[in-house]
Amino acid sequence: MKYLLLIQHGDTPTPGTDPWNRLSEEEQQAVYADYQAINQTPGVTPGAWMEGPETATTVRVQDGRTLTTDGPFVAVKEALGGYLFFEAADLDAAIELASRIPAARLGGAIEVRPLKGQ
Amino acid sequence: MTVLEQVFRDEWGRVLAALIGFLGDFDLAEEAAQEAFAIAAERWPRDGTPASPRAWLVTTARNRAIDRIRRERTLAAKTRLLDVPEATEDEVDETTIPDERLELIFTCCHPSLALDAQVALTLRTLGGLTTDEIARAFLVPDETMAKRLVRAKRKIKAAAIPFRVPPEHLLPDRLAAVLAVVYLIFNEGYGGRGDLAADAIRLGRALAELMPDEPDVQALLALMLLNDARRDARFADGAIVLLAEQDRSLWDDRQIALGREALDRALALGGRDAYVVQAAIAALHLEEHPDWPQIAALYGELARRTGSEVVSLNHAAAMAEAGEVVAALSLVDGLTLDRYHYLHATRAELLRRLDRPEDARTSYDRALELVHADEERRFLERRRAELED
Repeated sequence: MKYLLLIQHGDTPTPGTDPWNRLSEEEQQAVYADYQAINQTPGVTPGAWMEGPETATTVRVQDGRTLTTDGPFVAVKEALGGYLFFEAADLDAAIELASRIPAARLGGAIEVRPLKGQ
Repeated sequence: MTVLEQVFRDEWGRVLAALIGFLGDFDLAEEAAQEAFAIAAERWPRDGTPASPRAWLVTTARNRAIDRIRRERTLAAKTRLLDVPEATEDEVDETTIPDERLELIFTCCHPSLALDAQVALTLRTLGGLTTDEIARAFLVPDETMAKRLVRAKRKIKAAAIPFRVPPEHLLPDRLAAVLAVVYLIFNEGYGGRGDLAADAIRLGRALAELMPDEPDVQALLALMLLNDARRDARFADGAIVLLAEQDRSLWDDRQIALGREALDRALALGGRDAYVVQAAIAALHLEEHPDWPQIAALYGELARRTGSEVVSLNHAAAMAEAGEVVAALSLVDGLTLDRYHYLHATRAELLRRLDRPEDARTSYDRALELVHADEERRFLERRRAELED
C-alpha cells in the first residue's frame, strides 16, 4: 500500500524565522537529523522541498478567464509544508512514520492519504 | 428465541471474523455470512440443526464467497482467494477455524476511524445488530447510519487498516480504545436502552475470554455486570429509585457473583487502573451496609486520576453518605458543571440534609430546568415535593 504523507506545518518553526532561532542548537540539530532519518527509511520517497506558502500563487479559471491570487489556497498557517511518499504494509506503519516527522510534535500535523490502486 | 436466533447471536461475530480473515474484505464477508444464515433459516428447520453450526456456517459462507468470486473475476484479483483450493462441500473442522474476533474488534476500533463509526462497526460486525437497529439505538436516521458504516468500511479497505491484534508497543492504547467503545455502548444502554447494555456485556465477555490476562478487560466486564445487575431495581413507577431504596430482591445475584469473580481476576492480575477502581466502587455499593468512607476514598482516587468533575460529583455524594455533608457541599460548590442536572440534584440533596430547605428548593428547580429523562424528572419532582411537606 502506498501513502502520501502531507506535512502541515501549522505553528512549526521553520529555519530562518524567529521561532526557529529560539530553539536550542540541539533541538535544531534534532529536527535535521529526524528528517534525514525519515528520508532514509526504507519505503520512503522524499518529496521536493518547497519555498514557503507566502511565495505561492493560487490560480482559478472562471468563465474562461484565468484569475490569480497571491498566497496559498488555504490560510498561510494551514498551507502544505511538504510531502513524502511511503510504501508500507498498512496504515499502522504509515502512522508510525508520520509520528516521527518533527512537524507532528512541533505544532503541525501530518495528513496520511492512501494512494489509489496501489 | 428460536435455535437459529440463538445461533445467530452466539456465532455471527465469530463467523464473520473468520470470513474477513479469510477473504480480506468486509463487504464480501458480510454478504457471504448473511447468505449462509439465510440458507440455514431455510434448511435447518427442515433438515435439522447441524452438529457444528459454526463450522457449517463458515463452510457455507466461504463456498458462497468463492462461487461469487469465480463469477466476478475482477474481484478475485483483490482478495486473498487466489491460492484457495476448490470449494468443497466438506465441512471444515471446527477446531481449524481460527477465532479472529480480536483481530476484528481491533480493526473496528482503530483510532483512525471516528468514534461513532467505531461504535457502529463494532455493533454491526461483532454484535450482529442490523444497521436499522444501530440507527434506532443511537437515535439517528437509518440512512445516516448506513452511510456511516459504508464510509468506515471503505476507509478500512482504502487506507489498509490492518486486520490484526496490535503489536505489544501499540497494545495499551489500542486496547483502551476498544474498551472505551464497549463502555460507551454499555452506558448508552444503561441510560435506558437496555438491549445495548446486554450487547456491551456480550462483547465484554468475549473480550474477557479472548484476553484473559488483561486486568482492564476483566475490570470492565466486572463493572458492567455489577451495574447492570441492579437494572430492574433502578426504576419504579417510571421514576429513578435511589440505591438505598432499591428492592434488593430485584437484583440479579448470579450476575453480581460473576461480576465479583471478574473483579477478583482483575485484582489478581495486578489491575489498579480506572476500570478496576470503578468496578471496586460498584462492588462496594452492593454490600448490604456499603462502606461509604471507603467508596468516597476510591472516588477521590479516581477523580485525581481522571481529572473528571463528574467523578468529583460522585465523590461528594459518597462523602455525604459517609457523614461529611459540609465538606461534600464545599466540593460540589467548587465544580463548574453548571449545565449538568446531577450537580444541582446532588446539591439539593446535600442542602436538604443540612436543613436548608429554601436553598434545596432552588437547586431542585435548577435541576428540573436541565433534566431530560422523564424518569429522572419524576424523581426530582417527588423529592422537591417532600421538601415542602
